[in-house]
Amino acid sequence: MRRLKELIIEKTILLNGFACIFFVVLIFFFLAKDGLALFRTISIRDFLFGQLWNPIAEPPQFGILPLFLGSFLVTLGATAISVPLGMACAIFIGEIAPRWMRELLKAGVELLAAIPSIVIGFVGMTMLGPMVKNIFHLPTGLTALTGSFALAFMAIPTIVSIMEDAISSVPRSYKEGSLALGATHWQTIYRVIIPAASSGIVAAIMLGIGRVIGETMAVMMLTGNASVMPRTILEPVRTMTATIAAEMGETVHGSEHYFALFALGLVLFAITFIINLIADAALHRKRK
Amino acid sequence: MSLLMKLHFKMSQHTKQRIAFTILGLASAIVIVPVIVIFAILIQKGLPAINCQFLTAMPRMGMRAGGIFPAIMGTLYLVAGTIVVALPLGVLAAIYLVEYARQNFLTRMIEVAIVNLAGVPSVVYGLFGLGLFVIFLKLGVSIAAGSLTLAIMILPVIITSSKEALSSVPHSFREASLALGVSKWQTIRCVVLPNALPGILTGTILGISRAAGETAPILFTVAAFYLPRLPKSVFDQCMALPYHLYVLSTQVPNVKPALQYGTALVLVGMVFLLNFVAIVIRARIRSRKQW
Repeated sequence: MRRLKELIIEKTILLNGFACIFFVVLIFFFLAKDGLALFRTISIRDFLFGQLWNPIAEPPQFGILPLFLGSFLVTLGATAISVPLGMACAIFIGEIAPRWMRELLKAGVELLAAIPSIVIGFVGMTMLGPMVKNIFHLPTGLTALTGSFALAFMAIPTIVSIMEDAISSVPRSYKEGSLALGATHWQTIYRVIIPAASSGIVAAIMLGIGRVIGETMAVMMLTGNASVMPRTILEPVRTMTATIAAEMGETVHGSEHYFALFALGLVLFAITFIINLIADAALHRKRK
Repeated sequence: MSLLMKLHFKMSQHTKQRIAFTILGLASAIVIVPVIVIFAILIQKGLPAINCQFLTAMPRMGMRAGGIFPAIMGTLYLVAGTIVVALPLGVLAAIYLVEYARQNFLTRMIEVAIVNLAGVPSVVYGLFGLGLFVIFLKLGVSIAAGSLTLAIMILPVIITSSKEALSSVPHSFREASLALGVSKWQTIRCVVLPNALPGILTGTILGISRAAGETAPILFTVAAFYLPRLPKSVFDQCMALPYHLYVLSTQVPNVKPALQYGTALVLVGMVFLLNFVAIVIRARIRSRKQW
């Protein structure tokens, strides 16, 4: 009896262990089920490379190129800001800062990570938007650049915490060896520690990018939501995530528009899936 | 001559170092300053709006006046529903990975799945929740559908931290218990789990603080635009704080800024309180741990 109970519990635990694989497959399945239904009426080519997203036109246009470029532009801007800042912060925390400052900075970064994206969007809308508008003399402050700024600060906690892990897991002997050869602390950092931590740094950057691409609410509130082909970073753009969030409420279940938004979700899922695989491969290589 | 050059070389290396460290320090300051600014703004503009009536009254006049009580309660319901689903699922999955799983391809696949689950965009979780829970399982737009969606979203957070907590329990504890003839499950339940509990708790709290602040996953699965009453069952819609802030700041014209900042401050306050509790628990484990 007791052995039976034990067996049942073990099987339950086993089942739970596979829950994550099950959920990933389930997410893929439910996105694909409705997303692929779109391609009964619209060719994949028109969907991926069409230059017009206008679901309420007659006939409706479902070209995601402007949305993809919108996401790309915002992500590029956010990466350009967050990677150098995050890396500098991680090195400072891991190598240079005295103990009290390290704890303070870590707590600050954790607080930054805890602020909900909707709050970042709200504060960005009321503070950052007008600032961008005035500095660049634009008709509107809600541009790709505004979104990039806000998203950069949402990606920084991810980048800092993973990079800092990578930096502090570099064996002490490497550092001591370099210092013993007469190199300065700074030379040791950029000639020895950073190369030794490189796979962790790659993983941190990839996960940061993944965070930015998937971010929805802040980006929807800050980028102005114009679904046109973006030309510069100082114009309103619309990202893939914002399109789903903004339009899903208006669609009819089972309509072409509904399927198109699921197809967009499928594209997003595929992009983040690949990014995460790369990051995981980088981290795994390090562990070996 | 050469000595002088060497000295010069060394000096310039030190100057370089000083410049580099200054730049790194400044960059770190740039990262931290916005956190302080956001807080200062929220407290300065939001605090005057918060009073007893704001926290306990229903919204009135199309949300332009009154309180945010149903939104606060809605978020609490969602958080409770999320814990009920995610905690057992996450802890059992972590127990499997730490105590039972062998190092093989399947285990590696589970780890990859966890990483990917953590990386799925929140709005994609919203779509998934809509497709599976709201439509396919016919739960409708409801607290049940929203909680389930949020639970799957925070599962990776709970699994990762539970795994860490479980594997930090020393092997000798397990061996001592097994040597006394106790079965494996009993060892886990009576020896490993109690020792790992604070760590699991920390991860869970961090997970639900994320769930409490998320908007995108609840957009299509639970959130009600304007519903000045409390939900009666888990199959009802409800308001939620993050979505309420979104509505107040983008969907309703002419809302007093005080109302918006007040809502934002309550949301941030709630999330921070949860984080603070998690940090305190973590600090206490670190100081008390004797092995």
